[in-house]
Amino acid sequence: MKFEVERDLLVDAVNWVSRSLSNRPISTALLGIIIEADKSLHFSASDLESSTKTEIPGSVQQPGKVLVPGRLLAEISRSLPNKPISFTLDGTRVNVVSGKSKFTLPILPINEYPNLPNMPTTTGEINSGVFANAINQVAVAAGKDDSLPTLTGVYIEINENQITLAATDRYRLAVKKLDWKAKNPNFKTHTLLRARTLSEAAKFLELNQQLNISLADENSNEKLIGFTLPKKSLISRVLDGSFPPFQHLLPNSFSSEATVEISVFLDAVRRVALVTDKTVPLRLNFTNNSIQLEAGTGDEAQASESIDINYKGEAINIAFNPTYLTDGLNALGTKFAHIGFTGANKPAILTGLDKPDASTTDTYKYLLMPMRYSA
Amino acid sequence: MSDINHSTILHVDMDAFYASVSIRENPKLKGKPVVVGAGARGVVLSANYQARKYGIKAAMPVGRARRLAPNAIFVSPDHEKYSEVSDSVMAIFRNYTPYVEPLSLDEAFLDVTGVKKLFGSGIEIAQKIRAEIFATEQITCSVGIAHNKFIAKLASGHCKPDGLLEIKPEQMLQFLHPLPVSAIWGVGPATEEQLTRLGLRTVFDIANTPVNTLIRALGDAAGNSLYELSWGRDFREVTIDEPDKSISAAETFSSDLEDSEEILRELLRLTEKATSRMRARALMANTISIKVRFADFKTISKSKTVDLPISGTQECYLVAKKLYESLKLDRARIRLVGIALENLIDQSESVEQLTLGQRPVGWRQAEAAIDDVSEKFGQGSVRPARLLND
Repeated sequence: MKFEVERDLLVDAVNWVSRSLSNRPISTALLGIIIEADKSLHFSASDLESSTKTEIPGSVQQPGKVLVPGRLLAEISRSLPNKPISFTLDGTRVNVVSGKSKFTLPILPINEYPNLPNMPTTTGEINSGVFANAINQVAVAAGKDDSLPTLTGVYIEINENQITLAATDRYRLAVKKLDWKAKNPNFKTHTLLRARTLSEAAKFLELNQQLNISLADENSNEKLIGFTLPKKSLISRVLDGSFPPFQHLLPNSFSSEATVEISVFLDAVRRVALVTDKTVPLRLNFTNNSIQLEAGTGDEAQASESIDINYKGEAINIAFNPTYLTDGLNALGTKFAHIGFTGANKPAILTGLDKPDASTTDTYKYLLMPMRYSA
Repeated sequence: MSDINHSTILHVDMDAFYASVSIRENPKLKGKPVVVGAGARGVVLSANYQARKYGIKAAMPVGRARRLAPNAIFVSPDHEKYSEVSDSVMAIFRNYTPYVEPLSLDEAFLDVTGVKKLFGSGIEIAQKIRAEIFATEQITCSVGIAHNKFIAKLASGHCKPDGLLEIKPEQMLQFLHPLPVSAIWGVGPATEEQLTRLGLRTVFDIANTPVNTLIRALGDAAGNSLYELSWGRDFREVTIDEPDKSISAAETFSSDLEDSEEILRELLRLTEKATSRMRARALMANTISIKVRFADFKTISKSKTVDLPISGTQECYLVAKKLYESLKLDRARIRLVGIALENLIDQSESVEQLTLGQRPVGWRQAEAAIDDVSEKFGQGSVRPARLLND
């Protein structure tokens, strides 16, 4: 095997597949990245839970297939200057040469490499940038506690031409609805995928490309979901367990409503929250056209600030974890936020508005549970 | 506290507290060697002075104590009684000064600097306190009197049992310097060995060693503090009302266990015990830690700090269970498990992060009801079904 490749293409390819490398694999073969050279170059890696592949152009002088240490390949390709890099298989080693730099990598036993699953048939397509944005909006609410595995996932529900994404750590819930083009118009299914896998993948989805999503329908036993970009793919096992029902948690009406300019509110939250640590509540008093923010009690440091808002309904005193509130405001991605209240110990619902007088849409909702002072 | 050298600090330490209380409760034990320790495989919690003559010390395995003194009488601890006596003793202290810093059930520092006009000199106050404790509780204590906590504690240790010793500032070095290094606060066996290697055996040796040598050997903080203490300099004030740092419960099994189901059941029982004590005092824990001691006495502990303080049996047990499971013990032989609730805060300071779809009445309310029933009908009258065979 012998080929030459552009450095930037190599870095992108290796970065994409090395997210599937496990730190503690069950076999040494899984420490490696497979490089296959034919007309072009194919890179792949897997940790048995998710596997990634990509294809990049290169000038191949001699086709072949090797398994090389993945982390090392990633570090080497990142550290080399922007010059063509040549790979040559020499017995049980691969020589990597760029200009005057030369590395020799041992190869790993490729015959011990497990068979990677095949991509399920395509279910539908969506704009990659739109999907990446939706993932980021939802994954922020996913749980980080691995002892509650179903809550570390993002729930994906497909109902004909609509996808619903949802995630919750029990303290907040993010729900996003978006349109897509389903191949089969009557297709309905739902699944659960680790939020971390999705967020990592989203980093590569920022371009406006066509993203194909492949998942087996509800009645099949296949536990895989696949994402395909023109030259990149990811197949992941889905999470076991069922996502808690959430539709009934989304309220239909509010006892009071506020419209706030997000950047102004965020700045105030950030300042007032300085006196607390992340789990100490931020107290908010919504009254006629203002919010009074307060944090800290007793002998501790205290802060308060007030900002002007549009408000209608009864005044409300409510307390939130400042981090959860900030996460939600940031996730809206609009200039204004609409905050709907259903009671002092009940969830508040954040939705985004482009203009203060626009009507709210239901494409993205962030439910936030308040904190309650013990009696 | 304007001038630390004019402070008057008392260190009051009950003599063989558990043993003394147990003997008082059972006068037949009087004059005999008595050891308080639970079970054949527990450790000695307290031994009276007759028993100590045989070399029995606190924290020694009960089995070893039995071999040292086969004729000694071994009794089970009565923790309820001990805390009752402790409360009464602490109340006596507070009659003299508000500055009472309990170190445990049976010892406390008292700052009496400001009340000498009312009650007399340090010695006079100490005598009054000793007499009052003996009159109300029929147990003895020893009192050290000095201008700081460190020297007061050393002094009480020196006049045990049933004694009283005042060290005046001008007598301090004469008293302090001949003592072995292990007399200094914070010098355990490991530090002692390090110091011995440097040829330092007495406090005098340390006081005459350049502080930088000590810092090189022991690190910044320990080196500095050792040097300061070797000259009797201790500027810590008597701090009142320091909340308990932790509440813990542990159990040594009557025979080593290896079945994780059984161990988890025990962990649940201990969690219930510790958390109900915590709830009774209106506290909540930020950190849960577990301790596991293996058959070979090797001990490991692991802890987790939770996002928000918790107090429920179930909440705490879930954390403890996960900690235990994360140890990935494969049928290891286990001698003891324990749980500690740490980083405690007052319930009134705590806030609850509500969860989506939370039932208005859940475990928290169920456990509050169990606590009420237990208070009326005794601990264990309502318990998790898994513990019903106990």
